[in-house]
Amino acid sequence: MKIGVFVCYCGENIGRTVDCAAVAKELSAYPGVAHAEAYKYMCSDPGQNLIKQAIKEKNLDAVVVGSCSPHMHEKTFRKACASAGVNPYMVEIANLREHCSWIHDDIPSATAKAIDLVRIAVEKVKYNEPLQTIQVPVTKRALVIGGGIAGIQSALDIANAGFPVVLVEKEPSIGGHMSQLSETFPTLDCSQCILTPRMVEVYQHSNITLLTYSEVEKVEGFIGNFKVTVRKKARSVKDEVCTGCGLCVQNCPIKKKAQSEFDESLTTRPAIYVPFPQAVPNIPVIDRSVCTYYKTGKCQMCKKVCGREAIDFDQQDTFLTFDIGAIIAATGYKLYKIDKKPEGHIYKGYGEYGYGELKDVIDGLQFERIASASGPTSGEILRPSDKKEPKKVVFVQCVGSRDESKGFSYCSKICCMYTAKHAMLYKHKVHDGEAYVFYMDIRSNGKGYDEFVRRAIEEDGVKYIRGRVSKIYEENGKYIVKGEDTIAGVRMEIDADMVVLATAMIPQPENSKVAQLLGIPYDKHGFMQEVHPKLRPVETSTGGIFLAGACHSPRDIPESVSMASAAAAKAMVLFGSDILEREPVVAKVEASTCAGCFYCQKVCAYSAIERKEIRDRQGNLIKVVAYVNAGLCQGCGTCNATCPSKSVELIGFRDEQIFAEIQSLSGF
Amino acid sequence: MSQHNYDPILQEIIEITGKDPAKCYQCGKCSAGCPIRDYEDVPPNRVIRYIQLGMYDKALSSSTIWMCAGCLTCSSRCPNDFEPAKLMDALRQIAIKKNIQPADKKVQKFHRAFLDQIKANGRSYELGLVAEYKLLTGALMQDVDVAPTMFLKGKIGILPNRIKNKDKVRKIFKNFEEEGK
Amino acid sequence: MEIGYYPGCSLEGTAKEFDKSLKEVLKVLDVNLKEIEDWSCCGASSAHSAGNTLAVALPARNLKLADDQGLKEIVAPCAACFNRLVTAKHELKFDESMRIKVEKLLEEKTSFNADIYNILQLFQKIGMEKIKENVKINLKNLKVACYYGCLLVRPNDIIQFDDTENPLSMEEIVMASGAQPVNWNFKTECCGASLSIVHTGIVEKLSKQIMDNAILHKADIIAVACPMCHSNLDMRQLNIKKDYPGHKEIPVVYISELVGLALGIDPAKLGLNSHFIDPMKVLNSAITEEAAI
Repeated sequence: MKIGVFVCYCGENIGRTVDCAAVAKELSAYPGVAHAEAYKYMCSDPGQNLIKQAIKEKNLDAVVVGSCSPHMHEKTFRKACASAGVNPYMVEIANLREHCSWIHDDIPSATAKAIDLVRIAVEKVKYNEPLQTIQVPVTKRALVIGGGIAGIQSALDIANAGFPVVLVEKEPSIGGHMSQLSETFPTLDCSQCILTPRMVEVYQHSNITLLTYSEVEKVEGFIGNFKVTVRKKARSVKDEVCTGCGLCVQNCPIKKKAQSEFDESLTTRPAIYVPFPQAVPNIPVIDRSVCTYYKTGKCQMCKKVCGREAIDFDQQDTFLTFDIGAIIAATGYKLYKIDKKPEGHIYKGYGEYGYGELKDVIDGLQFERIASASGPTSGEILRPSDKKEPKKVVFVQCVGSRDESKGFSYCSKICCMYTAKHAMLYKHKVHDGEAYVFYMDIRSNGKGYDEFVRRAIEEDGVKYIRGRVSKIYEENGKYIVKGEDTIAGVRMEIDADMVVLATAMIPQPENSKVAQLLGIPYDKHGFMQEVHPKLRPVETSTGGIFLAGACHSPRDIPESVSMASAAAAKAMVLFGSDILEREPVVAKVEASTCAGCFYCQKVCAYSAIERKEIRDRQGNLIKVVAYVNAGLCQGCGTCNATCPSKSVELIGFRDEQIFAEIQSLSGF
Repeated sequence: MSQHNYDPILQEIIEITGKDPAKCYQCGKCSAGCPIRDYEDVPPNRVIRYIQLGMYDKALSSSTIWMCAGCLTCSSRCPNDFEPAKLMDALRQIAIKKNIQPADKKVQKFHRAFLDQIKANGRSYELGLVAEYKLLTGALMQDVDVAPTMFLKGKIGILPNRIKNKDKVRKIFKNFEEEGK
Repeated sequence: MEIGYYPGCSLEGTAKEFDKSLKEVLKVLDVNLKEIEDWSCCGASSAHSAGNTLAVALPARNLKLADDQGLKEIVAPCAACFNRLVTAKHELKFDESMRIKVEKLLEEKTSFNADIYNILQLFQKIGMEKIKENVKINLKNLKVACYYGCLLVRPNDIIQFDDTENPLSMEEIVMASGAQPVNWNFKTECCGASLSIVHTGIVEKLSKQIMDNAILHKADIIAVACPMCHSNLDMRQLNIKKDYPGHKEIPVVYISELVGLALGIDPAKLGLNSHFIDPMKVLNSAITEEAAI
């Protein structure tokens, strides 16, 4: 075998501590090495050309590059060699930067170590095989989990590019929290007015299969080749025949039993209901937990009045399976509730603000419903307890956020902006009202955002008080808010008519369940985890699965929309080719020595080990052995280390290759 | 905890309280809930701010550290698990050690009178406590109005209730004073 | 049931009624109190103003005495004593360096196995059922504001008892005794505590706010479980009446006095005649003729 050795100075990075010329010189005389040289910037065009030239001139079979970490340029050098006719997997990188020059000071010993590193790479490459990438087909269909603004955006982007999309939403309607808002900052656009056209577009799009009141049940497979099972929950209404006339909803006798989820428990809804008038699809759902028919068998009022025979009390959940190439998780958020939590729960609730039992101490989404023209008070600011117009409203920021002791350590990002918006909306509607905002900091860093908050203060007369609130309690219909202004150093006690708490933005409770189904990591709060916070914010560590919106971290609408389009773009990168090339550095089981203990399956984090039956010519079962699904395997090597009979090899890091390195290093 | 090796007072505060004042982000929730807020000269969050800025004298000379009633409302609501009440304790201890004149002399003298009684008798002796407090502060008229009723209702013992092993308690105090040297 | 008893300095003096009433009630409820022999002061708030090690050493002595005297559980009715004993046990248990320093002060090894209860926890241990079945006087017309004060419920992570913001354990006991607890907003607000002697004016102001809120919520009396709270609300109320003309008087009783009354024990035996603000008028008017069960 003729091996070429190329040592990079990496400018000063390696060259300052390692005598690269000496390394090249030492290796030029080494058995197997046909060519050795050092160069300032091996990864540059001229550097790569040196390699290509040497390959051609000296007929090299394999290449070793002493350079920075393979994370940086392994791909670069593999590509260069491939273009010169050397199989890209006959290339090994000796890390002379992160593993040598960057961690040592003494030039002679660093140089000696560099020589060792290059030499053992040479010994390893002698056992390399010319591998081929694994080619898998790609199903050009996307799954979007979650029908809020992020999910809607992703679905539309992919569908408009011509690819089919399956959009799964657990609520009876798409729209998410954005459909509950009255107006959005900083333009004060009517939220539903800008959202509903999108919702309708999704409903009518020929490329989008919309499954509402549905949840993802099972996800199998791997990038480009997922098999997803969706549970379509029983609405008790036949969606093929329902026209959305609403007669059933109007005539349902159970009007007060159930809290309206859409109105954040400010009103009640019937047992058969459509969450809001602009719901998409406009098909009702029966809440079987409160419906009389399911409890006692009596009352079939909805069925009686329905002119289309759309009511089907016996309807069952159905299961649909799809072949999917890329998945986007857009499951969104909910607001933290300050109620007292049960004993042993990790969070405690806010007793100092009333544990959620004070009727007029509400949260941000409830205020949105009150301010909303389609809400329980038709847009008039009236407080929940007695429907009177509050003349003094106190807004408290950071309830649950930035609170390591009782809540969450992170900042929920949107509260400063929506509180300013709430205070402004209140002042616009109640001209003689007083609005107070207790804040710690103002985080308003979007386009036009800071100006928006200044507008609240300067034009709308909202009084901003810098300090947190210690306690809120009720006295005679007024809410005594005990706070402090730390700038003036004075106590601030306000007797408010209503208090709005900006509670923390937390992941939906099902987030962790969805993450587990998808096999993607999530953090201690339940937010789904990206693979790299700076450079790969929408990808997860599982290939083919992307993130969009608040399920990743607190964010506002423009950020959710941007992230959704980014995730859609990533999915479409996959769909851009018919074949997906996968790294061949995967595990492989030698069936003849495999004892079928399946320890490897137990330790595989990627569910890549399958069971394979070995049968004789007559079809009798001889044994069941482990088998690696090359598509799912990430090449981590854990199975290789675990196997008691040494039947699993990691291609590209076979035992022979590793032992060659060790042998060379130890001088045996 | 951050490394503050170069600042002995801060080190001492961290050691006594077990918490780092750097954790406080000056939200003011402690001051907002402090029952003594209207009577102390420096709000609790500002006392912590003085420590953060290294202005120890300003903190040690406040009346706040003496008037803190130890109700723990601040500590129980602080979002960063900092304990302002413990800091007040620490600053009291440091002030005594450094012989800084308390902004509120009476509180310090009360505590001294209280502890002297325990040292002498093993248990608190109200008459002795009040007598010593009056001597130390000159507040001769203090509680003169309630004293007769207390006597009549048998709520104050005329003689101290000395425990058998009071020398063991005295020993604790003696060892404590030695420790402080 | 037998349980160790740490009365604390005030129960021997200014809070004598607390001690008296508790002993009478426990006689009826079949609980035998074994006072720790030769116990000494826990140090209250003065010790932790002087130094952390002293603040732990003084209670630690008593914890060791309890262990040495074979007492597996002790009840400390005074909230401050309870708080100091529990905190000291916590520090000794989890802070190795503190334990070593304290052992130097005590000149002997520490021992802290006994469980420490406050009076509310003691009643919980006895059980509401047992109280209910012994009730002889009907107190259903008596409206009680349960005042917890500071140290019974804070700091929550060490005390681990009830809720810091809206505790309900005393209300449970009041209900078991047949009286009506009211919902009010100053359950855990500070009365000024040990500033009683030094800054009587502040204590008067804070105590008045508490009493006013109890009255605002239609309470007839305030029930307490702490001698300091009682002293500030009862003893100081005389002066509050003088300094704040128009102040509505409200009597203050210990929870043990209230339970004792419900159990039919003679008010004099409970010490109800030693208060500064006489509770008997209010109590008698709440107990109607048909009320004797």
